[in-house]
Amino acid sequence: MTEAFEILFTASFWVAAIRIASPLIFATMGELICERAGVLNLGIEGIMVAGAFTGWFTVYMGGDLWTGVFVAAMTGAMFGLLHGFLTVPLGLSQHVTGIGITLLASSLTYFTYRILLPEVTSPPKIEPFQPFAVPVLSDIPVLGPALFNQTPLTYLAYVTVAAVAFVLYRTPVGVAVRAVGENPSAVEAQGISVTAVRIGAVMAGSALMAIGGAFLTMSAFNSFFFEMINGRGWIAIALVVFGSWRPGKALIGAILFAAFDAYQVRLQQITGGIIPYQIFLMMPFVLSIVALVVVARRATYPKALMIPYQKGER
Amino acid sequence: MDHAEGPEAEIVLRLAGMTKRFGPLVANDAISLSLARGEVVALLGENGAGKTTLMNILFGHYTADEGQIEAFGKALPPGDPNAALAAGIGMVHQHFTLADQMTVLENIVLGTRPLWSFNLGKAEARRRIRELATGYGLDVDPDRMITELSVGERQRVEILKALYREARILILDEPTAVLTPMETDALFATLKKLVAAGLSVIFISHKLGEVQSVSDRVVVLRGGKLAGERVTSDATRRELAELMVGGQLPVNEIGPPTPGATLFELRGVATRTMGGAALKQVSMQLRGGEITGLAGISGNGQAALAALIAGTLEASEGNIIVHGETARHWSPRTALDKGLGRIPEDRHATGMIGDMSVAENVISEAYRSPRFSRFGFLDWTAAASFAGDIIKAYDVKCPSPEARVRLLSGGNMQKLILGRALDGNPDIILASQPTRGLDVGAVAYVHARLIEARDRGAAVLLISEDLDEIQTLSDRILVIHRGHLSKPSLRGELSVMELGELMAGHGVAEGAEHAA
Repeated sequence: MTEAFEILFTASFWVAAIRIASPLIFATMGELICERAGVLNLGIEGIMVAGAFTGWFTVYMGGDLWTGVFVAAMTGAMFGLLHGFLTVPLGLSQHVTGIGITLLASSLTYFTYRILLPEVTSPPKIEPFQPFAVPVLSDIPVLGPALFNQTPLTYLAYVTVAAVAFVLYRTPVGVAVRAVGENPSAVEAQGISVTAVRIGAVMAGSALMAIGGAFLTMSAFNSFFFEMINGRGWIAIALVVFGSWRPGKALIGAILFAAFDAYQVRLQQITGGIIPYQIFLMMPFVLSIVALVVVARRATYPKALMIPYQKGER
Repeated sequence: MDHAEGPEAEIVLRLAGMTKRFGPLVANDAISLSLARGEVVALLGENGAGKTTLMNILFGHYTADEGQIEAFGKALPPGDPNAALAAGIGMVHQHFTLADQMTVLENIVLGTRPLWSFNLGKAEARRRIRELATGYGLDVDPDRMITELSVGERQRVEILKALYREARILILDEPTAVLTPMETDALFATLKKLVAAGLSVIFISHKLGEVQSVSDRVVVLRGGKLAGERVTSDATRRELAELMVGGQLPVNEIGPPTPGATLFELRGVATRTMGGAALKQVSMQLRGGEITGLAGISGNGQAALAALIAGTLEASEGNIIVHGETARHWSPRTALDKGLGRIPEDRHATGMIGDMSVAENVISEAYRSPRFSRFGFLDWTAAASFAGDIIKAYDVKCPSPEARVRLLSGGNMQKLILGRALDGNPDIILASQPTRGLDVGAVAYVHARLIEARDRGAAVLLISEDLDEIQTLSDRILVIHRGHLSKPSLRGELSVMELGELMAGHGVAEGAEHAA
């Protein structure tokens, strides 16, 4: 039993937790921006698949790693533009459109993969981002390596959270994004285009989701597999609710979930087959449901979430 | 109030020949009006006369089919709220355009700075808001969240939003509809200060008293057309009313009540919340032959009370006593079985089903009765003839009992609901906002039917946010504030101001918390 407890104090456990959290952080921030602007983006799962592929493929074709990240972001933004166009000016159901985007983006990705790489049986590898130890900070025991001996994309995830929080709460465009998710007519009445703000937010959010996908192919692993996103997008949607639509809280949620995930893998090894491993696989999901029930019941969601805005209607 | 009009006054706004059509409906028909510097023009008209449409065109929410707008001597491009804002036009909408989970300051600065900047300029904004607030009597803390504010404070935020953008023309759409009498007075005081500072105001209203006390000039709209224009001080109330209605104002006579036994009673009832305050320890009695009016500002528990009586909300404490017996289980069906006639607050949401026919709707509360069904099969002939009876008796304008209810006007839909509720002479009648959004003729009709029901011995509960309506119809008046009821007062016992005090929560029942 003490063994199970000691895991929590090993550096490798926390390193893994932060690594698992990184794609979730990108995806959660992306979804949070969309929802703060009043648009639910269920396209997240597919957008992550597309980002994972285009980022990786860019590098495979000889591109720079950061070029790969940029291409992934642009891929996400394009799917965001499509989702935004369908749900904002056309006012289509955000649920149906989002699921459609997920199906479209993932199928299109697999199709493209097969077209571009018809001959391969095992997925080709790239040289991914390497961990970079931040001097001094990474020498702190346990937390040092966990937080500061990671790949540059993880550092970008930290910066993203700070940037999203800063923009949402401290800049005019952030106020406009939050207002458009609360009461679009307030934005319209102040002479700002609701359509522009919403589509812009969905594009920016989708770009972040795609970077989250790219993290998996370009930082966590070194090639692209089918089904590698494996529900991380859906988890991000739950994390946004868990975080009550606040970047800081959502970050904590992402790290918590990732820690559960890292913990269950290690716990499996200790118990050595007495308990079926599926129980452990289930654990992070069960715990996130429990956490949602406890934390999110009183969450104040953006008032205009999922409500299309038509100019001139009241 | 000093008058600024006259030939030499500077004209700041001119609307010429504004026409707007929505399909076959002409909402604005060649309306022209002008506004001078430092002037308050009241735009008077009934619901549906085209006032709000006209102002939405001016503000760029709609694009007019014909007509020009000129502000400060320059043509205003149509359909662009930004152009209206830039030209110095500010609008306070009837339904506030505020983001609730944000601060006052954030709502005010929204859109006043270039979107792509790293600075909200909060300190400077806070200073300017405080300055405007003290200058014009618009006291509100810039750092509070909108959700924490009262309706009156929210309206002040809306006005501040316009002033912050240096509006020179302020449009107020039915600004007093949601205010207590005291808040209304404070608003009028603010308007005087604004006009003294050289602003011009368009005040949209359908209430004659207000129009007379606040405006310099009155422009009357009727059925989308300009019905007349008067200098306020030269016009009588009656003259304005007739311009607005296009004929004699219908008047209902109400005789002294003959109170009977208590038919319905609540004892110490509490509920959970229901879009507004929850009820806390509410006791009330409804007597036969009497109209009991429930006054209060929207959101103070009226919705919970109406739902409780209709059986859609459960009481967490206390008893419901009907005809002297404690009701054990109170559901919508028992309520109807015990003789409740229900006129719901929202015709469209809980009153009628828009996509079903008139006949289907009128039997929807009684389809189980042997009158409309045999062995579980509906008797459509009986339903159609019942619908026909209501259409005839209540003068409902509709093509046939098969017509979809959605196609009916608000007034006709309400008559249909009245017919359904009052059929079979129920002895307890719950009328929530029965005249909201109706024109004067339909209002008078609804009132006459309620008075008729009272005179034949029914207990009527009238829930309304319109204090005039409450005072005209009620034999006894209760005031609700944050889920607490005041002591009942008899007709004419309390003045408007005294009722207003109760509505604001001064002196309502035990332990009512006071607003900060």
